[in-house]
Amino acid sequence: MQKITRDQIVSKAVSLLQDGTVSAVLGWRQGEFCYDVTPSVFNTAEDIEANFVWNDFCGANFSKYLVSKTKNIDGKLLVFLKPCDTYSFNQLLTEHRFNRESVYVVGIPCEGMVDISKVKAVSGEGIVCAESKGAGLSVTTIYDENPKEIPYAEVLSERCLNCKSKKHVAYDELLGDEGEVIDSARFDEVEKLESMTSEERFAFWQGELSRCIRCNACRDVCPACTCEKCVFDNPNSGAESKAPTNSFEEQMFHVIRAFHVAGRCTDCGECSRVCPQNIPLHLLNRKFIKDINSFYGDYQAGAEVGMRAPLVDYDLGDLEACDVFERRDSE
Amino acid sequence: MRRISLYSLDSLFGEISKSMTLYIPASDNAGGAVYTKYEDGVEYLNTLNTVKSPKNFFFPHTEDLMEFKLQGKNIDILDIRQESEDFAVFGVRGCDVKSFDILDRVFLSDPVDSYYATRREHGVIISLACTKPSETCFCTTFGIDPTEPMGDISAWMTESHLYLQPVTEKGKALMSKIEHITEACDDSEVLAQKDKTKNILSKLPLKDLSTDAFGSGKTKELFDSPQWAELSQSCLGCGTCTFVCPTCQCYDIKDFNTGSGVIRYRCWDSCMFSEFTKMAHGNPRLTQTERFRQRFMHKLVYYPENNDGLFSCVGCGRCLSKCPISMNIVKVMKSLGGDKNE
Ligand code: SF4
Ligand code: SF4
Ligand code: SF4
Ligand code: SF4
Repeated sequence: MQKITRDQIVSKAVSLLQDGTVSAVLGWRQGEFCYDVTPSVFNTAEDIEANFVWNDFCGANFSKYLVSKTKNIDGKLLVFLKPCDTYSFNQLLTEHRFNRESVYVVGIPCEGMVDISKVKAVSGEGIVCAESKGAGLSVTTIYDENPKEIPYAEVLSERCLNCKSKKHVAYDELLGDEGEVIDSARFDEVEKLESMTSEERFAFWQGELSRCIRCNACRDVCPACTCEKCVFDNPNSGAESKAPTNSFEEQMFHVIRAFHVAGRCTDCGECSRVCPQNIPLHLLNRKFIKDINSFYGDYQAGAEVGMRAPLVDYDLGDLEACDVFERRDSE
Repeated sequence: MRRISLYSLDSLFGEISKSMTLYIPASDNAGGAVYTKYEDGVEYLNTLNTVKSPKNFFFPHTEDLMEFKLQGKNIDILDIRQESEDFAVFGVRGCDVKSFDILDRVFLSDPVDSYYATRREHGVIISLACTKPSETCFCTTFGIDPTEPMGDISAWMTESHLYLQPVTEKGKALMSKIEHITEACDDSEVLAQKDKTKNILSKLPLKDLSTDAFGSGKTKELFDSPQWAELSQSCLGCGTCTFVCPTCQCYDIKDFNTGSGVIRYRCWDSCMFSEFTKMAHGNPRLTQTERFRQRFMHKLVYYPENNDGLFSCVGCGRCLSKCPISMNIVKVMKSLGGDKNE
């Protein structure tokens, strides 16, 4: 259940549009079912009133869209950002990917978003309605008109169960109450992987990555992946491939991507959300984040605009390569 | 029609795999299903659709076509295709079975794609009637009856039995191999199941989706619609929709330098990718809107135009459940179909 209502967001959007503060609104558009929401730009109050949605399925992070959607805009684009989205927003600003002046940010609190595949695992197929009710979702299917009540704890997406912050690190205005940075358990799974033998870990990743179909959705949704021309799309790079020649190549794609976003990945969790094969890509990114934290001190990408990521910064106290090896060998 | 008790499902699978490799849907350990080679210990998963469609069996994601070897000043061209073995696929749903028909018209019309043709010849499809369709299913829009799936052998699974009905010569040949473990029966249980499923189909949210606004001859009307821009505005240009789609058929051919020669292979391509059909002068479709439009125009207008009105979507619903932004063919059809799809 979200703490602010659709009505609050809609009236905010309409009033900012009508008083000229913004010229368009980036928001979630009503889908075919109760859960298939599409990111969309709204230009009129009528459209917003009729088609804007805010519910437990508004997981999409809008930060990356600002790169393309503010390019030719007259005036400002209104964007609603959940706490985790604001980290990506700052990181993109740090990388000069869009003009801050073209955006008006309304921060909105978030109680966590639902993963529809988890809902289906409980309710089965044929969902006609999934509404928030108390501490869970009330789900009706064509097979059972009696709604089934499923606690949020069972259906929230992984990233939300391990939410790292309810605090907005960027906004022009806030709707609702501000939250706090959370001491989450997001590195627990990484620790499990670390405690495996390298053979076990290799087998784990091989099992996961062998499902990859190289659709590139993880890259395309990633706010840290905003290169004008990705090396994996560039036929002149020698690394371009539309499909793997073998499963090893798949692993290289993911390893290279993880290195490329290291220190810039905010752990927004979009990559894992969109993967059609449910590959836990966040574990790869979190391993990098955890290592950066332990080698260079705690660092959260996107916490502030203009921060220098440890990997691109130099400090006399920086760890020498030999220290890293020593640590590895002692593990 | 013949049947076998579900308790003996494993012996059926075992019997089939004596004469050919058998693939059945099994858990992918990540909430989905994947066709898996049947061996001891592989458990059948009664699932609606696998994440990856069975088109992979005939048109794999990547496939080596030939090899060039340098021998002094000569270049040898080697046919390196692996001779296809006989195989059977069990549990293919009606929508996916229909997708083979759509792919056949592309790959088996002149010039015949011999790689695809060989696999097609060696594969036996055992379909499976649906009993619990999803809200994302709309195969009936394309005239598919999920209670009567085609294939080489049609199958129905009730609470107690698996019913089998051969459709083609290939199917009959396989049936004769499993005759001794199946029993002859009438179709009363199957008919009862069909009625029940038809009742469910009438409750599906997309049951009234119409194709009236689409098909042969609609290019002029639809191509310049201002709605493409809006529909495609948040499309990521990933290939998810095309790679999970059982009817998407585009591929690219590439050369891989092995150091001592070159392997020429093909791999799936996607009209959603920025590099799709790039030519010397550049890319013919400059923006995502044009790429997005291509995918749906191909399925709903161009393909039917060249194939007696047959649409190249089977309503499997994969793109509905897998698109990261929840944009899909249904939303396109509703938006462009105007009143016909209110
Ligand atoms: S989204 Fe998933 S399947 Fe697609 S390329 Fe990324 S990891 Fe592979
Ligand atoms: S790598 Fe994944 S978690 Fe990190 S910023 Fe990109 S999408 Fe978000
Ligand atoms: S329609 Fe969806 S799945 Fe297809 S390319 Fe666009 S974002 Fe990806
Ligand atoms: S377009 Fe979508 S619904 Fe139609 S066959 Fe392809 S994946 Fe299935």
